[in-house]
Amino acid sequence: MPKANASNADGTAACLYYRHRLPVRIMHWINVIALVILLMSGLQIFNAHPALYWGKSSYTGAPPILAMTAKQGRDGGMIGVTTVFGREFDTTGVLGASSANNGQLVRRGFPSWITIPDAQWLAMARRWHLFFAWIFFINGIAYVAYSIASRHLARDLAPTAKDWRSLGQSIKDHLRLRHPTGEAAKEYNILQKLAYLIVIFVLLPLVILMGWAMSPWLDSLFPGWVDVFGGRQAARTIHFITAWALVAFVLIHVFEVIISGLWNNMRSMITGRYRVATSLPSPVQTLAEPAQEVETGHITVEADDETQK
Amino acid sequence: MKRRNERPENPRRQFLVRALGGAGTFLVAGCNRLSSTQWFPKFLAVGERLSSATQHLATPRKSMAQEFSEADLSPRFRSNGTAVPDNPQYQALARNAFADWALEVGGLVEQPTKLTLAQLRHLPSRTQITRHDCVEGWSAIGKWTGVPLHEVLALVRPQPQARYVVFYCADPMEDSEASKYYESVDMEDARHPQTILAYDLNGAALPIANGAPIRVRVERQLGYKMAKYLMRIELVESFAQIRDGKGGYWEDQGYEWYAGI
Repeated sequence: MPKANASNADGTAACLYYRHRLPVRIMHWINVIALVILLMSGLQIFNAHPALYWGKSSYTGAPPILAMTAKQGRDGGMIGVTTVFGREFDTTGVLGASSANNGQLVRRGFPSWITIPDAQWLAMARRWHLFFAWIFFINGIAYVAYSIASRHLARDLAPTAKDWRSLGQSIKDHLRLRHPTGEAAKEYNILQKLAYLIVIFVLLPLVILMGWAMSPWLDSLFPGWVDVFGGRQAARTIHFITAWALVAFVLIHVFEVIISGLWNNMRSMITGRYRVATSLPSPVQTLAEPAQEVETGHITVEADDETQK
Repeated sequence: MKRRNERPENPRRQFLVRALGGAGTFLVAGCNRLSSTQWFPKFLAVGERLSSATQHLATPRKSMAQEFSEADLSPRFRSNGTAVPDNPQYQALARNAFADWALEVGGLVEQPTKLTLAQLRHLPSRTQITRHDCVEGWSAIGKWTGVPLHEVLALVRPQPQARYVVFYCADPMEDSEASKYYESVDMEDARHPQTILAYDLNGAALPIANGAPIRVRVERQLGYKMAKYLMRIELVESFAQIRDGKGGYWEDQGYEWYAGI
């Protein structure tokens, strides 16, 4: 986030601030597409054997820690059963048994509306998954390299001493759904920084590494390295859990994007420009209507154009 | 915190919501449509070539699959796919404990041969406790004993143009004779020390459910490469002319020939 020399030509208390540079925007959206396809094709792959284990193999003598199955109910209909640590839950319609295209319940782990492709087709799901895994991996490497080289990491993501001191306040603000405005909105807050850093340097590398751990060829690189994570089937379980941890992050991320100004945030990740209200005293100030800004032809000062870099 | 730009009548917001909803529907429907085209799955197969190339680059040529201890053995080695081949000829051989069975080894070799089970058992053997990773996602650990494939190749002496070893099996996968299981590996995998023609599982003769009399073990790849009910081995320069030309029964159904991932 380049520093802005915020001032306004016409006296309105707002300016468009150049928040996200082009490479970050492109890589963000590539990541969105890749992660959505990886999740959905991954769930289709999971459906080929909808059970998770802990250990070096699936058949160690211990039961699976999670399993989705279908069985016949008392009335003869199919019911979906999800077993977690030995406890059974009726998940008919969603997990274990869900509707096929003709409306009939069929036995499958996750329902067809969340898998790629929709019908049971492991070979095709693997093609999607293993292709977009490459897109995701190359994009991730490019992002980390760019973030280090451009100092995006050091300048925008690394928490400062001031950030750490604001941790308690930031937690309170988030719980009250209050968001920084004005100058403060130009920088990521401490919870935001921590969330992004955990995703970039813990969850995403972990999901990749656990994907590799499932590859029998890569397991031969240093025989036994997979056991550090509890074994190959444990790695598959961690891969699954990490994928859902990423979904949880995305849900919170999208929620925060919506309540802190959907259009402003979306614009900043599409065009790079983020509207900041300047010199306004209250943290609960109303953000001005962006539509008016454009439609009435207000001139805004662009603090740091790409061409200036 | 109320914001003016969250008014429902905001046309830009409506547009955005519709765009997101549309994008979601488009994504699922689009992915299904793309999956059923001829060209797109071929395009996605770039991933397979990339994985194969980088995994071969990243690992030493004779990198060894992990071997386990007796304590790690799965209590019962899972049988998947065919449990009893629907093939009268095979069943007749099985009734006689495969005494009349012989493995044909031919194709691009100097010395085609036939090897009985007794002859195979007399060749040098290797025992390994390895993990069998099924493409479906499960795995099982078993102790395999068999003849290293390179020992058999040394007997028949491959011609220099031989590039692949094709395994032909006794089990029909569908109703037709032409649907019998087959698989192939390259010469690098064929000569790998852990690539064995296994006749014992967990210290006893290989059960029919697990591929008797011989099952191929290719330990750095997925289970579908490890053909059961082996009848014939052929060395070829290319498998393009065999069946649908993809190098294996499951490969012909759209699975990757390179099953290292």
